[in-house]
Amino acid sequence: MDVLHCLARFGFIAATLVTLAAAVMVVSLRNIFHCALALILVLLGVAATYISLKAEFFAVIQILLYVGAIMTLVIFAIMLTSKIADTTVPQTNRQSLVSFAILAMFDVFFIGSVIKTSWKVNAVTMAANVDAKVLGMAFMNEYVFPFEIISVVLIVALVGAIILGRSDQ
Amino acid sequence: MGYAYLIPLFPLAAFLIIIFNQKRLGHKSALVAIGGVALSALLSTGVILQVIGGTTYHDTFDWIRIGGMQLNFGILIDPLTAMMLFVVTYVGSIIFIYSQGYMHDDPRFPRFFAYLSLFMFSMLGLTLSNHFVQLYIFWELVGLCSYLLISFWFEKDSAANAGRKAFITTRIGDVGLFIGILLLYSVLGTLQFRDFTPEFLSQKGAGHETILTLACILIFAGACGKSAQFPLHVWLPDAMEGPTPVSALIHAATMVAAGVYLIVRSTPIFSAFPDSLKVVAVIGTITACMAGFIALTANDIKKVLAYSTISQLGYMMAAIGVGGSTAGAFHLMTHAFFKALLFLGAGSVIHGAHTQDIREMGGLFPKMKITALTFLVASLAISGVPPLSGFFSKDEILTAAYESGNMIIYYALLVTAFMTAFYMFRLYALTFLGKPRKDIHAHESPAVMTVPLSILAVFSVVVGLPGSPYMNHWFQTFLHGGHPEEIHAIPFVVQCSIGAGLSGILLALILYLALPKVPEFLAKIFKPLYLLSSNKFWMDEFYQAVFIKPAWALGRLLFKFDQNIVDGAVNQTAVQTLNLSAVQRWFDQTVVDGIVNGVGAVTQWTSGVARKFQTGLIQNYLFVLVVGFILAIIVQIH
Amino acid sequence: MSGIPVSYYVIFSGLLFSIGLYGVLVRRHVVGILMSIEIIINAANINLVAFSRYVAAKPEMGQVFAAFVIVLAASAAAVGLAIVLSVYRNRRTIYTDEINLLKW
Repeated sequence: MDVLHCLARFGFIAATLVTLAAAVMVVSLRNIFHCALALILVLLGVAATYISLKAEFFAVIQILLYVGAIMTLVIFAIMLTSKIADTTVPQTNRQSLVSFAILAMFDVFFIGSVIKTSWKVNAVTMAANVDAKVLGMAFMNEYVFPFEIISVVLIVALVGAIILGRSDQ
Repeated sequence: MGYAYLIPLFPLAAFLIIIFNQKRLGHKSALVAIGGVALSALLSTGVILQVIGGTTYHDTFDWIRIGGMQLNFGILIDPLTAMMLFVVTYVGSIIFIYSQGYMHDDPRFPRFFAYLSLFMFSMLGLTLSNHFVQLYIFWELVGLCSYLLISFWFEKDSAANAGRKAFITTRIGDVGLFIGILLLYSVLGTLQFRDFTPEFLSQKGAGHETILTLACILIFAGACGKSAQFPLHVWLPDAMEGPTPVSALIHAATMVAAGVYLIVRSTPIFSAFPDSLKVVAVIGTITACMAGFIALTANDIKKVLAYSTISQLGYMMAAIGVGGSTAGAFHLMTHAFFKALLFLGAGSVIHGAHTQDIREMGGLFPKMKITALTFLVASLAISGVPPLSGFFSKDEILTAAYESGNMIIYYALLVTAFMTAFYMFRLYALTFLGKPRKDIHAHESPAVMTVPLSILAVFSVVVGLPGSPYMNHWFQTFLHGGHPEEIHAIPFVVQCSIGAGLSGILLALILYLALPKVPEFLAKIFKPLYLLSSNKFWMDEFYQAVFIKPAWALGRLLFKFDQNIVDGAVNQTAVQTLNLSAVQRWFDQTVVDGIVNGVGAVTQWTSGVARKFQTGLIQNYLFVLVVGFILAIIVQIH
Repeated sequence: MSGIPVSYYVIFSGLLFSIGLYGVLVRRHVVGILMSIEIIINAANINLVAFSRYVAAKPEMGQVFAAFVIVLAASAAAVGLAIVLSVYRNRRTIYTDEINLLKW
């Protein structure tokens, strides 16, 4: 199985690098539409990461919801407001340098801390199998109350969005 | 004799009635006053008759008790009181009747009689007092009435000044009297006249001779003030500014006699401390000589009589001083009548001749017969011509002086007797005899004025008889309370007194009738003496320079002090308060307001800085949020 | 199977998170900010799922939570874009620099 492991590891690192590159593109491209497309790439990369974590069902949910619905929504919004998007206008405001510096320092510190920490892992959990059935059972038995609530929240948010997005008559 | 209380109350009632009904009564107020004094005279007559019969009377009722001291009001009636009542009420009644005529045209007629009645009340109260404090109260009242009456014509500056001078000069004496009374009380513990018997004085006064002698001298000082003795005599000549009836009543017969009365009353006390009697005698003699000397050159008819009064009062004091207190009291009685007559006569002359300067008169005898004749009787009486009253009383005084062994006093009094006769007949000659020097249309006075003159003339003749040898000196015995006094006339003294009187009369008549130029000639030769006499020994000028001018200067100085320093201090306080408030205003404006404004300015500046944080850009806020969040994480992990 | 250490996933999610945070702080286009927010949410999701796989008591717990997070992210995106549309209609601009009515 070493080959699989190596492949898995290689795949994971590749997916990670692609995701990070796409994320950088999201935050720096001038054309907002290109940023949206980069975001789709990010989301796909994240889904690949989920697969590497043996959460295949979840990866599919991710693609369906995020890429299918949310990105559609984002692209709609871009289209509706893109008339004044100008590629010659800088996309970053004045605090870009300071933010980059601080966040870079934070990253260094954070990665250093994480490497130094010894992470204890639970072997039982690692061996467990989570598929659609398990998730469905969890939603319907243990987490049924939050499930209902979240659907109410969704309804409320959508109704609110419709009201907010209405043009004044 | 309980009705004796009423004697002073009738004039008091008259005073009250008149003073509240001046407009309504008008000229009838004289009748009210005369009625008051006449009733007093009536009651006094009853009292006198009873006293002659041998009764004395004493009554007190309690008034104030202060601490351990008891003051009472009361009445003491003994022979001396009876004599004073006789003099005061009889002479007073006659003068009241005379005043009705003299003051007839005066606009303030009712007020005059009100004051006269008030004076009567005070004098009678003084006479009836039975202890020193009550006497002092009435003493002051008498002084007040004198002031009111002297300055009755206060529109004249000279009259107002004279009243003030009289009041202040007698006040100086009164202070002495008051201190004397206090000293007496502090040592002897009582002030009732009856208590001062020789035994009491020798008992209680032992060891306190100096203080008690001093007290006596101080009491005599009070008498000096009231009776115009040297050196407090300066007010009496000026007091002639008052109406003539006032001069007659107050400054001849009664008030000035109050001093003599006080000393006679206090004779037991004075006798116990002989040094005080010496002072009395010396002062009396000096006064008598000095006043007689000044009268030689006086030219105002009333001033001559004023100095004559001073001189005669000196006689009385000298008499008491050498031990003849009954002689002094006798002379008081006779002097009251003939001096009152002299003054009323002078008033009649002034009324008729419209002048007071004798150099402008002359030859008034044919035109004013009654006045001239009564004036002559009085002049003879005062010169000591027998058998008129003045002879007996003056003779007694000279006898007492001779018997006391003090020859200086005797000869001085004898010379004064000569001077008295001289200046009186100088006055008479220049006024009534000879040829008129000025063309004055003189006329006799109305009956209401001449009848009193006649009555007084009769009295001047007969009132000396009770004390004369023809009645065995009944009067002196009477005064001594029934103990006959040893009086024997010394022929030498009698001859000398008659000689002095007659020679004075003759010399005056010769000089002023037959040889009118000689007096001027003599005045030139004896210029210093003449000046000394006519300038009244420069006493007024002396007092002015030594006492009055410094007092005025002190007053001005104190006024300046008050103005500059006291007012200056007050003003300075105000100025300093203003300065202080200016400082505080500066402080308030600059510092306090500065702080308040500064707080505002600081707040504004701070907010000016702080508001820049509100950029309005959400991403700035987010940035700060992230920084803080990162810091929190770092802190947490570390 | 040893597989990939947890720390790799943690580092990965951390980096993704900071990139997304940089985008939130720096981008001028409003929709760009929203997209950066989506990146942040996804980073958190990765963290959740990774830890649920490796250390959680029940392995499906993290994924349930992540599902809820996705739903909430969706509603957030919806409301946010509605607001963007509203702001665009009122202010005619989609650059955050120009929306500064709360400026001093």
